[in-house]
Amino acid sequence: MKTRSAFLFALLVLATGCTDMKDQARFEPLESSAFFKNQQSARPLLERTVARGFLREDDAMYRGLAADGSFVQTLPVEVNAKLLARGQERFNIFCSPCHSRTGNGRGMIVQRGYKEPTSFHDARLRATAPGYYFDVITNGFGVMSSYASQVPPDDRWAIVAYIRALQLSQHTDVTLIAPYIRSRLEAGEVVDPAMSVEEAHDEHDGH
Amino acid sequence: MAQIFHRSTNALSRITIFGGVFFLAVLIWAADQWTRSSYMTGQDVVLHQPVPFSHDHHTAQLGIDCRYCHTSVEESAFAGIPPTATCMNCHNLIWNESPMLEPVRQSYATNTPIQWQRVHDLPDFVYFNHSIHVAKGVGCESCHGRVDEMPLIYQAETLQMEWCLSCHRDPAPNTRPRDQVVTMGFDPKDHGVDPAQLAEEYNVQSLIYCSVCHR
Repeated sequence: MKTRSAFLFALLVLATGCTDMKDQARFEPLESSAFFKNQQSARPLLERTVARGFLREDDAMYRGLAADGSFVQTLPVEVNAKLLARGQERFNIFCSPCHSRTGNGRGMIVQRGYKEPTSFHDARLRATAPGYYFDVITNGFGVMSSYASQVPPDDRWAIVAYIRALQLSQHTDVTLIAPYIRSRLEAGEVVDPAMSVEEAHDEHDGH
Repeated sequence: MAQIFHRSTNALSRITIFGGVFFLAVLIWAADQWTRSSYMTGQDVVLHQPVPFSHDHHTAQLGIDCRYCHTSVEESAFAGIPPTATCMNCHNLIWNESPMLEPVRQSYATNTPIQWQRVHDLPDFVYFNHSIHVAKGVGCESCHGRVDEMPLIYQAETLQMEWCLSCHRDPAPNTRPRDQVVTMGFDPKDHGVDPAQLAEEYNVQSLIYCSVCHR
């Protein structure tokens, strides 16, 4: 009996040392490790390793290249409102710091001294193939680094689509705009481009 | 038999009985406060970092989105600490001779990661997932506080289980439109939204069983 209680007491004392449940023998992401020479717990993949499903054979989709090696002239993804919305969001996150939200190349980082990129509204860039933009996002250009690790391929295409929309916004034929929207724009009103004729009239009557 | 104790010791015994209970209560209260203290939780404590990176400057002043650096926050359990290459996107030309950024340039030149101190370190038995919280419309600031007002980052909340549960029991008030997740200083009134209605639309549920977070 006496030895048993002594044993239990010893167990209790030892257990107080076990407060490190918070830091177990598993690594949190990017946690350092004393085991490897470079102290990184996360091991880099061996060069030329391809994860299942990531072979990326499609040149148009993953390199922006057509069969003859030139940049693709059309986007290899379906362009719709959802893609453009995604592109706008991603453009504003990753591109606008330098290119600005309008794409004129006067973003905040440029205002703080970074090299000014060419405006997307420049005639040469407006005439450039979508595949070229994809290539620049993927591999960088001049002082611009590669954004491949920050922006996955499908988001890159969404951004390319949005750049095209931005370019169109500054170089469109006003006669293409429906008269009921154009008259309101010229009066200095903010107009929802998706507004239908009926809505425009309803709103007009309401005021 | 004569009394052992003089009558005057009655007061002493009363004080001892009351005092014992009082002392015990204070002890329990003190222990309770101790576990919630910033010494124990790390709340509001600024850790020494290799580079004094300012979230205030990069977000509030320059307007860089959280996700420019924390790229995996929407898809992964881990929000992501940017590789040095991300710093060099701008700092290859800007402040590229600043002594303060020497560790960044060293890291880039030698391909050795900067060893940042983890500010939000949950216990290893908690499996927190950023992506589901972001997808359900929980804003960055709901847990991380006003990061845009932190020249040096610190842990704004206790990260204790009672704090997690306070929201898990009633998540609706912390629900916001998905496109406002990274907004700092968000007020539902400014956007004309009703958090309770949003919570229903996003199918936000009160999940408080153990295995939600513990495995």
